[in-house]
Parts: sequence; C-alpha cells; structure tokens
Amino acid sequence: MTDARELWQEQFEAATPRPIPFETMSGVPVDPVYGDGPFPGQYPFTRGLHPAGYRSRLWTMRMFAGFGTAEDTNARFRELLRHGGTGLSTAFDMPTLMGYDSDSEWALGEVGRAGVAVDTLADMEDLYAGIDLSAVSTSMTINGPAAILLAMYVAVAEKNGVSRSDLAGTIQNDILKEYQAQKEYIFPPRPSMRIITDMIRFTSAEMPRWHPVSISGYHIREAGSTAAQELAFTLANGFAYVEAALAQGQDVNQFGRRLSFFFNSHSDFFEEIGKFRAARRIWARWMKERYGATDERAMMCRFHTQTAGVSLTAQQPENNIARVALQAMAAALGGTQSLHTDSYDEALALPTEKAARIALRTQQIIAHESGVDLVADPLGGAPYVEWMTDEMERQAELVFAHLDQLGNGSLLEGVYAGIENGYFVGEIADAAYRLERHINAGDRIIVGVNAYTEGSEDDEAHLLRIESETEDYQRKRLESIRHDRDNDLVTRRLAAVTAAAEDPTVNLMPPIIDAVRAYASEEEIVNAMKAVFGVYVEKAIV
Amino acid sequence: MADTFNETRPIRVVLAKLGLDGHDRGIKIVARILRDAGMEVIYLGLRQTTASIVAAAEEEDADAVGLSMHNAGHLALAPKMLAALRDADLDVPLIIGGIIPDVDIPVLTDAGVAAILGPGAPAEQVVATVRNAVAR
Amino acid sequence: MTIRELDVDELFHAALNGNRRALGRLLTLIELGGSAADAIADQSFHRQHGVPVIGITGAPGAGKSTLTGQLLRTLPELGLRPAVIAVDPSSPLTGGAILGDRVRMDDVSGDHGFIRSVATRGHAGGLALSVPGCARLFDSAGYDPVIIETVGVGQVEVDVAGAADTTVVVVTPGWGDAVQANKAGLLEVADLFVINKADREGANDTRRDLELMLDLSHVSGQHQEYRPPIILTTAVDGHGVDHLWEAIVAHRSHLERSGELTRRRQARFRFEVMSRLNDHLSSMVDTITATIDDRSGRSPASLSAELLNSILAPDAGRLR
Repeated sequence: MTDARELWQEQFEAATPRPIPFETMSGVPVDPVYGDGPFPGQYPFTRGLHPAGYRSRLWTMRMFAGFGTAEDTNARFRELLRHGGTGLSTAFDMPTLMGYDSDSEWALGEVGRAGVAVDTLADMEDLYAGIDLSAVSTSMTINGPAAILLAMYVAVAEKNGVSRSDLAGTIQNDILKEYQAQKEYIFPPRPSMRIITDMIRFTSAEMPRWHPVSISGYHIREAGSTAAQELAFTLANGFAYVEAALAQGQDVNQFGRRLSFFFNSHSDFFEEIGKFRAARRIWARWMKERYGATDERAMMCRFHTQTAGVSLTAQQPENNIARVALQAMAAALGGTQSLHTDSYDEALALPTEKAARIALRTQQIIAHESGVDLVADPLGGAPYVEWMTDEMERQAELVFAHLDQLGNGSLLEGVYAGIENGYFVGEIADAAYRLERHINAGDRIIVGVNAYTEGSEDDEAHLLRIESETEDYQRKRLESIRHDRDNDLVTRRLAAVTAAAEDPTVNLMPPIIDAVRAYASEEEIVNAMKAVFGVYVEKAIV
Repeated sequence: MADTFNETRPIRVVLAKLGLDGHDRGIKIVARILRDAGMEVIYLGLRQTTASIVAAAEEEDADAVGLSMHNAGHLALAPKMLAALRDADLDVPLIIGGIIPDVDIPVLTDAGVAAILGPGAPAEQVVATVRNAVAR
Repeated sequence: MTIRELDVDELFHAALNGNRRALGRLLTLIELGGSAADAIADQSFHRQHGVPVIGITGAPGAGKSTLTGQLLRTLPELGLRPAVIAVDPSSPLTGGAILGDRVRMDDVSGDHGFIRSVATRGHAGGLALSVPGCARLFDSAGYDPVIIETVGVGQVEVDVAGAADTTVVVVTPGWGDAVQANKAGLLEVADLFVINKADREGANDTRRDLELMLDLSHVSGQHQEYRPPIILTTAVDGHGVDHLWEAIVAHRSHLERSGELTRRRQARFRFEVMSRLNDHLSSMVDTITATIDDRSGRSPASLSAELLNSILAPDAGRLR
C-alpha cells in the first residue's frame, strides 16, 4: 500500500459510516474507493472532500422554496421537512432581494411572486415559526441586502432562545456575481465588498457554524456562460473575497473554512463532473500556494449544486424530470455537499407542491436506489473524466491569468476591473448568443423544442399562480407595524447604521441587528446605507 | 431633386425590462438579433419604469417597444405599460417576450399587446414579429 | 391626428410648444434627409438662438455617458434645459446598431432634458450634416446647451466634433487613452480635457503627460491663444462636474471675447453648405454616369468635359 493509501485508510476508518450494507443491489460488496491517490479527503481534493464520500453522510437535500407570504412559505418548509428534506433553503421575492418594501412602487406586481416577501422582523418570525432553528441548517438566497436578512435570522433565533453560535446555515451574499450575472445589486462594488467582509468577520467570531458567503457560479451559468467560464469566474470571485478579507487583516485559516460555493449542474454530464472535480483541485491549490492556507479545511471547495433552471423546457414539461435526474446524478458523481433539484414545471412558473415533491423524490431515488453513494468519486481514473477535469482547469487558469494581469497582480482588483470594463458581462453575453445560434440552427438538439416536438401541444401542466392578495396583506401589515413600533427608536437605530456605514472600522452587523429588532423595515435600513454608499448603475453591454 | 440620405430609415426598437426582474440573457440576445437584422435598438436594459420607457419611445421616435418579462408579473405590468403609452399618445406597438404561459396570451392580446414571443424564439421569428408589428 | 400625419410646419409648431413626440419626429426627418429635412433646416435656422454646442468625446469606457448624465442632472439646477445627441457606430455588416448610452444618463430626461441616440448609419458624410441639423433644431426648440457625445476613435468623430463650439476630450488614467486621443487627432480639436475616474492610480501622471503634449503642440503653433485646461472628475459620484461646467463656460467666454466663436461658426456654415453641394452634385454625377459606357469611343477626359458643360449650362435643371 502506498503512503497515500495508508493515510486515506486511517482517515476513512475514523469516519462513522451510515447504517446500510455497502454492497450492490445484487449483494456484491464494494470498496469505498477505487483507483489511485490523491484519495478523497486528501489534498488537492480532486476526488472529494471526505475520505468516506457519501458513506458517512449523504448530500443535504436542500430544496429551495419561497413564495407568497411568510406563512405560505412556512407551510411549504414544514411540508418539505416532513417529506424528508434535510435542510431549508429560502427564496425571497424581488422587492426583498432588491431592498424594497412591499409597499414600494418598485414592488408593484412582484410581491410574493419569485419568493417570499420579507419586510420586517415580523415576517421572519412567521417564516420560521414552529421550526427549531438549532436543529436545521438554513440557506438564504439573498445578496444586496444580505446583512439585513442575516440580522433578522439571528434576531428570530435569539427570540426563540437559540444562541447565534448554534445557528447553522448559509447566506448567499455573493455580490460580485450580481454585477456579472444576476444583477441583484444595490450599492457599488467596493462598498458592497466592505459589507461582505464585515459579515465574514462577524460570523467567524460569533457564528462558527454559519457560511457567510456562497460563492456562486449557478447564476453565471444561467446567464449563458460556458462550463469553464462558470468555474473560472466563480473561483476568481472567491479569490477576490479572500484577498479582501486578507486586506482587512483576517486569518485565512479561520475565514477560509467558512467559505462555500454554489454551482450549476447542466445537461452535458461529463463536462459537469469534470468541472466539479477541477473546482476542488484549483481552489485547494490556490488557497494553499497563493494565499498561504495551512488548515486543510480552509482549502476545501465545499459546494451546493442546483440543476440548471435554464435547461427546463416549457414544451413537454414532463421531460424535465429526466433532465433533472441526469443533472442531479452528475452532481452526485461530482461529489456535491448539498443539492437542489428543479421541479418539472418550473419553466413557466414557481413549482406546484406535487412537482416540488417529485423533484425531491428524484434525489432520494438517486441517493438510495442507484448505488452512487457506495463509492467515492466512482468515475475517478476514467480517461475521459480525468481529461475533462484537466481541460476545465486549463481553461480556468487562462481566465485567472487574464484577471491577474488586469489587476496588476491582484485578483480582487482584476475582478473589479473586469466588472467595470464589461469583461464578464461581455463574455457571458457572447457565450449565450453563440449557444442560441447553435440551437436555432439545429446544431444542438433540445428534445421537444427543435426536435421530437410531437406532444408539445398537450395541455399545460397546472401552474402555480400567486394571487395579488399577498401584496395587499403585506402592505397592511407594514402599515400596522409602522404604527405599532417605537418610531423614535427606529430613527435612532437607522442613524446608527448610517454612522457605521461612514466608518469603515466599525462592523455593520451589530447596528443592523439592533435596527431589525426595533422593527425597522428592510428598505429603511437599505436607505440608511444608500445614503453613504450610493447605488450602482450598470453600463449597457449586450 | 434626389434625397441626400437614406430614404427609409432602419426600424427603431426600444428594449427594456420593467421593474426589478433581472434576467437579461434573453433581451440581450434579442438586441443582437435585431441589430443583425439591420434595426436600431435603443437598449434601456434593467430597472426601467413606464415613465423612462415612454420618455425613450418619444425622444427616440421609436417604431416599437419590446419588454422582456421573466417574473410572472406580465398580467400586472403589461397593462400598465399599455396605459402609459396611451396616456402619452404613443401609437407604437408593444411586444412582450419571455415566460408567458399560453393561457395568458389571449388576455394580453385583448388588452392591446401587439405580439408575444416565447423564450428561445428563433431569430427569424423575432425579426418577423417586430417587422409585422411595425407594419400594422 | 397622429404625429406621423402632421407636416413639418405643424410638427415644428408642436415641438416649440413642448411636444416631445413632435420633436422626436422632426429629429427623424432630419436624419432621413431630403426635402423635409431641408424644410426643418430652414425653420430652425431662422429660429436659432445660438446656444452653446458642446462636444464630448473620448475612448470607449472613459465614462462619457456617465459624465453627460451628471451634467444632465446638475444643469437644470442652473435653470438650463440640456439636450443630448449620443452618437454610436452602426454595424458595417448589417447596418443595425445597439444604442445604449442613454442608460447611463440615468433617466433624467423627463422635463428637464432630451436625449436622442443617433447611429452613424454607415455614412460619415451624412452624419456631418444631420447632427448639426439636430443641434440647430434643439436650439430653436428652446434647449440649452446641446451636448453631442461621440466615441472618439475615428474621422467621424473628428467631423462631428467640428459641429461643437467647445470640444471636451475625456480620458482615464493610464497612458493608453491619451495616446489614443492623440492618434485620433483629438488633441488638435480638444478645447478641454477631462481625466475621468480620477480616483484611480495614475491620474496625476496622465495629467503631466497631457500637459507635456500640450507644451509640444504649443511649440508647433497650436493652442496659442487658449491652452485647454485639464479637469479631473469622478463621474460616478459627480466629483469635479461643477469644475467641468465652469471650464466650459470659461471657454465660451473666451470664444466670444476673441471673436473665435464667430470664426468657427462661419467655418461650419461654409462646411455645411459645401457638404450639401457635394452631396447634391455627387448624386447628380451618379445619375448622369449611371448609363454611360465606353462604346461611344470617347475618352473619359473628353466625355466628362462635355457632361460638365451640360450640367453648368444655363438651362440645366434646377437643384430644387
């Protein structure tokens, strides 16, 4: 046995396995890993983060949910937990994502549609009512106003007797990709970075089980990038956050452990698997060699995956169940830590309960019936997969070199420059256009869309409709909260947020937590920060 | 006397997204498609209001307004846009693109929307739709 | 009656009374050229007030649109009503264009201003006439000042810059932009330099480089009477924009005091007449030569001499 093997063996034996037989359906016992090192759990983690792979713990089945009022979403959360979901993932509506209250003129037609409406702490209380926050891990998908939502989560937990240090979860909080892809930004890049580094420092110290950033490639891919661009831009953003935190004097081993990632799982099976493996390898190398991490946990690219929303077709929607199954399988073979599977009816609207359940069942079938959980990195060593991993890495390194040069030796400055000169947005738009043309020309077949279209004229699946009652309800609620709260206190707390924003040596989290406790609304707190940070207006790059 | 410049001008289209919806992949592709078909695209992009779109349509003497919608807000937002165009006496066709369930198409058409384009509509269809809407 | 059914006089009347749609329509007619454009040119010529026309040019990414947006925001506070003509290149292959400048001007074109996006449409010559025509229309419709924004990398932009009384060249810190500007011949047309994104490293180095280039050009005879000032701005947050406006106003005073304004406007008037003549004549030439060939046995020299005589003959067709 080689040294690497021996070492791996030791680590493997230290892990506690799940109580299932590790044999195929036909009763054939299988090894936990095959092939050569570096083995799973060994630097640079190409083959996985944990020596036992899914034998010790399956990926978290974290289904994204959110719509209507907090009460509506709370019901869906409890439903998903009852059906076997093991983590919560919260989708917020557009006004909440953009820092507007439900009664803002920008909120018209949007309240409760793309996710749950949260205006004040009261909504947050309803959202997690009856759920033991010390027992679940919660993910919140929000970026611009992330500090405020995290503050609300902490405030709700503490009201329910759960200490902030016991809270496990993730907040997306990845503003760089907003300028590049999702466009849910509020403030300009540098002030936004300050907010994020404050949150990293705050959680490092007070919420050790919390991931303060989920560095995301999902949206970059949805916006039209290639797999290699998704990989490269995401990791580059990651390097940027690392450099920003280092510049603030934070310890790379401490905050590095809490950074996590979020990738897309798209339709080309092997490209995705190569991408996931390359991500781990690249991140580990850079964290160790470029940024000086010595704690292996700070070198680990732990990630959540979501199947590609943009691949779902409105035509013959049931086909999407097959698509999602394959994409989810790729993610499992790629070693994801947590997974969301899209519902088949999501091309047209938010998922119905039944469709969301089928999506969850898809994961459960893969986890329990396919045998993919028995062996770590089962495709490792396959010539195509190893080649693909290398190729993804090669393409990504070209991008890093470009950004490094753009930033005169700083990835952070390179990313700022790339945002400003439209590099990211332009590359993504070009890739999107190229793909569209291939599909148009019939070079690339999308079943049900440009081939095998028989059946596309069938009745539409029953769609989820969000009625406008949510908007009315939220408006009334805001009115009554504004009436009932201590408005002098709110004014003082908001002033404290503005003062903190003006002083870069002050951490923004504590004053924001104080403001949410006083039932200041999200928009009010955002405005208190806009006063200092200004707003971001993007250049039209098509 | 011969006219000194082009006799017919390119079709001018204002492209925008109303409100907070940030999915601009499709609208960017449409912008390129229309440019490649020889049209002039006044690209307003994200976070527009009915007021800013009306101002652009007036000032740019637009032949059509194209809105891209991905957040299920079309039933509220399309009528709002139509009303704003009417109030400004702007007799320009409104074309909506994006995620519109089939069942909503007649509703929008009855309200006055000139044409609706689904996601991933081929380039030829996009161009023909705009040209037809402008010709009417 | 819909806007498109009104004739030029009615449109003009409506535009002067504040109808923005009518003004938009008139601008289109100017771009199209032809008799409607000429009618508008006449009407606006007689109604113009001679408001300042400011050209803003520079490499892509220099922040021109953001700067213009800031001016649009601050000038109304001074009681002014600005109009902007934002020029962008058309695709040489397809003839289409994506015009995205107005986005950065941040939706301020409500009551206080007017923004019109113009594509080059492949013929620089045409632009050299239509843009001044649009500027004159804005002037006669009560807008003040008129700002013409172009991407300063070619001859088109230099030509269009000629339509302005004050030409502002925008660069950003770093050697590249200043060199580009020089190569494009913008140094000669610049009345004012702006170093935007002045919060970046290298702003002072760039200022020094520009001063050096100006020293050299001074030695070679240019910029003798008026040395272009260099203004530092950070357009995204508005820093320096008030200084920019002061410098523009100061340049305007210089133009008036020194008689340079009159000289420039005369030169532009001549250029406009010349451009129109050239256009008319070249289409006449196209028409005449469309059907000739070499079968008559005449040489090109003698054939053209004969055709020229027939054009210049007293009974030749009138131009209008």
